[in-house]
Amino acid sequence: MPSGYALGIRLAPWMAIALLSLPVASGLVGVIAPAFGWLPVLGGDTLTLTHWQALLEKPGLGRMVQLSYVTGLASAGLSLGIVVLFLGAFMHTRLFSTMRRLLSPLLAVPHAAAAIGLAFLLSPSGLLSRALSPWMTGWQHPPDILFPGDPHGLALITGLVLKEVPFLLLMSLAALPQCHASERLRVARALGYGPLSAFLKAVLPGLYPLLRLPVYAVIAFASSTVDVALILGPTTPPPLSVAVLRWLNDPDLSMRFMASAGALLQLGVTLAALATWWLIECLLRRLTHTWLESGRRNSGDAVFGGIALSAISLSLLLIVGSLIGLVLWSLAAYWPFPQALPQPLTLRNWTGAAGSLGDPLTQAAMIGIIATLLSLVLVVGALEAETLHERPTRPWAQFILYLPLLVPPVAFLFGLVLMQVQTGVPPGTAVVILGHAVFVLPYVFLSLAESYRRLDPRWTHLARCLGASPAQVFWRVRLPMLSVPLLTAAAVGFAVSIGQYLPTLLLGAGRVSTITTEAVSLASGGDRRLTAVYALLQLALPALGFALALGLPRLVFRRRSGLLISS
Amino acid sequence: MLQSLALRLLPLLIILLFGSSSLQAQDLDLDDWASIETKAKGQTVYWNAWGGDSNTNNYINWVSKQMQSRHGVNVVHVKLGDTAEAVSRVVAEKSAGNLEDGAVDLIWINGENFAAMKENGLLYGPWAEKLPNFALTAPNANPEMRNDFTLPVEGLEAPWGKAQITFYYDSDRVESPPRTMQALLDWTKDNPGRFTYPLVPDFFGSTFLKQALLGLVENTEPLYEPVSEADFKAITAPLWEYLDALHPHLWRGGKSFPSSGSALRQLMGDGELSLAFTFNPLEPAAAVADYQLPPTIRSYVLDNGTLGNVHFVAIPFNASHKAGALVLANFLLSPEAQAHKQDIDVWGDATVLALDTLDEAQRQAFKSLNNNRAALPLDALQRTLAEPHPSWMERLEQAWLKRYGVR
Repeated sequence: MPSGYALGIRLAPWMAIALLSLPVASGLVGVIAPAFGWLPVLGGDTLTLTHWQALLEKPGLGRMVQLSYVTGLASAGLSLGIVVLFLGAFMHTRLFSTMRRLLSPLLAVPHAAAAIGLAFLLSPSGLLSRALSPWMTGWQHPPDILFPGDPHGLALITGLVLKEVPFLLLMSLAALPQCHASERLRVARALGYGPLSAFLKAVLPGLYPLLRLPVYAVIAFASSTVDVALILGPTTPPPLSVAVLRWLNDPDLSMRFMASAGALLQLGVTLAALATWWLIECLLRRLTHTWLESGRRNSGDAVFGGIALSAISLSLLLIVGSLIGLVLWSLAAYWPFPQALPQPLTLRNWTGAAGSLGDPLTQAAMIGIIATLLSLVLVVGALEAETLHERPTRPWAQFILYLPLLVPPVAFLFGLVLMQVQTGVPPGTAVVILGHAVFVLPYVFLSLAESYRRLDPRWTHLARCLGASPAQVFWRVRLPMLSVPLLTAAAVGFAVSIGQYLPTLLLGAGRVSTITTEAVSLASGGDRRLTAVYALLQLALPALGFALALGLPRLVFRRRSGLLISS
Repeated sequence: MLQSLALRLLPLLIILLFGSSSLQAQDLDLDDWASIETKAKGQTVYWNAWGGDSNTNNYINWVSKQMQSRHGVNVVHVKLGDTAEAVSRVVAEKSAGNLEDGAVDLIWINGENFAAMKENGLLYGPWAEKLPNFALTAPNANPEMRNDFTLPVEGLEAPWGKAQITFYYDSDRVESPPRTMQALLDWTKDNPGRFTYPLVPDFFGSTFLKQALLGLVENTEPLYEPVSEADFKAITAPLWEYLDALHPHLWRGGKSFPSSGSALRQLMGDGELSLAFTFNPLEPAAAVADYQLPPTIRSYVLDNGTLGNVHFVAIPFNASHKAGALVLANFLLSPEAQAHKQDIDVWGDATVLALDTLDEAQRQAFKSLNNNRAALPLDALQRTLAEPHPSWMERLEQAWLKRYGVR
C-alpha cells in the first residue's frame, strides 16, 4: 500500500499535533477566562483580578504551593536516584533480570490502587501493625500516629516513588541499548573502573539525555497528582492540586473563578519545579566535570551498591505488601484490629461485585485498545516522517507532544467540556476515546521515540539497495524489528488509558462507565473491601497488556530472534 | 485536517442536535399526569447520583428494573464521585447555550448544591408538588419537605430521604457515650485520639460545626437568619473556644482529619476510633449487617436533639428527558420504593413519607427495626434540630479553615 503509506506519513504528524493541541489549548482558554473573572453564565462579565486576590488570601496557600513543589522534585529525584544506582550496581546480574521480569506487573498497578494498598500497609491499623500486634507492640487498639497524611508529605512522596521507579526503569531499559551502554560499560570496566563508577562515569552521561523527558513527566505528574495525594497526602493544608479540585467541586459556584486561578497557579508551580530541575541539571553538569575526568576508579562503589540494593528491595517489599493487603481485603468480611488475617476468608465481595463487572471491564478494554491503536498509528506516522525526511521533529512540535503531560489535568478539563458542548459533540464513547488518546499519545511517544530514532539506518539502506520501496522497508523491515518497543509502548499507553478517571467521566457525561470510574466512585464510599476488588480488577487489564507485550514477540519471532532489538 | 473535517461536519451535527430536540419539544402539562407517563415511555433517564455506596447503588439498580417493567422508562445510574461533577456539566452546558438537550436528567443533591443551582437558575420547575405521591409526605405537617437548609424549595426538587446526625460507638470500648456537646469534650479528654470529625468543608465536617454551634449557644434564633458580620464573631465565640479545647484530644491530635463521612466509618471499622457520627440514622446498623462495623456498635442521638434534614432529587433546567425524570421522581416517593429503601438489608435510608397517610398494607411494608441492636429506635428521630441558614455554613467553613486549616 505505497499510496496509503505516503499519505499516512504526510498526515500523521499534523493529526497528532491537532489531537493534542486543540483540546489542551481550548481547555486552557476555558480556565484562563474564568481566572480573570470571565464566565457569564455564573455572572462573571467583567475582567478582574479579585479572584487572584482571593486566592492569595487563602490560608495556607504558601504551604500548599510548597508541598506540591517539593513533592514533585523530591519524588523525581529519589526515583531517578534509585534507578540510576540500581542500574549502576546491578546491570548484567541475576537480580537485574529478575527485576526486569517483575517490571510489568509493577507498572500495571494503577497509582490510586498502589496508594490505597500502601496506606493500608503502613497506617497505624494497617497490615504491618496488625502483624506485630499485640504480641510485640502490646497494642490492643491501633496507636494514634500521624502516618500516612504526615504534614511534610513523606507518605505521599513514598507512594509516588514506588510507582515512578518502575516507570523510569522501563524507560531506561528501552534507552540502554540506544546509548550503547554495554559497550561503554565494558570499556570502562576494562580500564579498571569499579562497576558503579564505570556506570556513573561512562554510561550515565549518555543515558541521562534519553531519560530527561520521562523525568520531566514524573515531575509534572508528582507535583500535580490528585488521587495519590488524596489518599496519602497531608490534609491541613493539602497539596495545591487537591485544594484546587476542592474549590472546583465546591457547591458554591462562585468558587469556580478562584478555582480557575488556582489551576493556573498549579500550572505555574509545575513549571517552576521543572525549571528548578533544569537548573540543577546545569549545575551538576558543571560541578561533576572534574569528578568525571578525575580518573578515580572507585568512589564508594560498595556503599552505594548497598544503598541501591536496600532501596530497591524496600520499594519491592512495599509494593508487594500493598498488593497482598489489597488481596486480603478483597477476601475479608469484618476484619477487626489486631487480627493479622481476615477470618473467615470469603468470596462474598467478589460474587457481590461480579454481576456489575462485565460491562465496565469490556468498556475499559475497548476504549483502551482503540485509543492506544490510534495513538500508536499517529506516533509511528510522525516518527516515520521524521526518519524519512531525516529531519528531527521541530522543538515546538516536540513541546506540543508533551503538553498534556505538563499541564495538570485539573487545569484544562473543565474548559475541554465547555468546548465539547459548544461544538455540539454528543457525549459518548467516541469522545471519551479521543479524550483518552490526548493522554495516551504522549506516553506512547515517550516510550517509542528513542528506539525508533536509534534504529540503525543501515538496515534501511541495505533494504533499499535490495530493491525495496520505502513502504516495503517500513512494513517488512522496520516494523518487525521494532516490535518489542512498539508493543511496550502500546502496553504503557493501554495502562495510561485504563487509569483515566476525569476525562472518562466528564467527556462521557458519566454515561461511559469503565472499571476505573466504578472504582473511583466506590472508593469515595470508603468500603475498603469493594475498593480492593475493583482496584485488583483495574490492575488486571494493564497487567494482561504488559504480559502480552513481553510475551508475544518472543512467540511470534521465536525462529527469528535476531530481529528483536532492545528487548 | 481534523479541524477542517470537524468544520464540515459541524452544520450536520447542529441540525442533528437541534432538529431532534425541537421535535421532542418539552411542553409538559404537569396537571395531566397520564400525559407525562405517556411521554416518559421509552425515554432513557440519566440519573446522576453519588456512587460511593454499594447498598445505594444496588437500590438504584432495583429502582431502574422497576421503572423498566412498570413505566417502560430506562433508568441509567451515572455514578459520581462528587455531585459537583454533574453540576459542572450543567454549568458548561448553560455557558455553551445548550438549553434543551442536557446530559443530566435527574440529580441527587444536598442543600448546598441546591442553593447554588437555584441561585444560578440551573433548575427546572416548579414540579415537585405536582407529583401524585408528594401528598404522602404530608407537607403541611412536615415543613422540612418544603425547606432545604431554610431555603424555600418552591417545587424545584422532590424529597427522597431523611437524614439526621446520629452518633454511634463501640459498646465494647465505651460504656456510656457522651450525650451533650460538653460531655463530648470531657469524654474526648478521657479517651484521647478516639474521636474526630471529617475535614471542613466536607459536608459532614461542616455539619459537625453547625451541630456544635447549636449545642453551645444560648439563643439559636440568629442562626436561622442570614449571617451578618456583627453577630458572627460574638455568636461563634463559644464554638472556637470549644474547638480549641477539643482539638488536642482528637484523633491525630487534630493535625489531620479524615476526608469524608465514609472515611470516618472506615476508621471505626479499623478500630482507630471508638465514637463517630453519621448523617444516616440507619447507616451504622446497615454497615454492621454488611460486615463493615463490629456487631457491638450502638447508635444514639444527643439529649437535646441533633441536626436533621431531608435530601432531595432535582431536574436541571435543560434535562433532555424531563417526563421520564418526573415519573422516576414520583416512583421514588411511592410507598413501595420508600419501604424497600428503608430496609436495612437493602439500604437503610429513612423514609420521607408520613406513615399516617398510608393504608394498613402499605404501612406493613415498612419493616420493624425494634430487634436490631445497632439501629436507632425510630422515636429518637423526633428530636430533630433544623438546619441553620446556608450563609452560616459558608462563614463557619471559612473561619474554620483560617483557624485550623493550616497546622
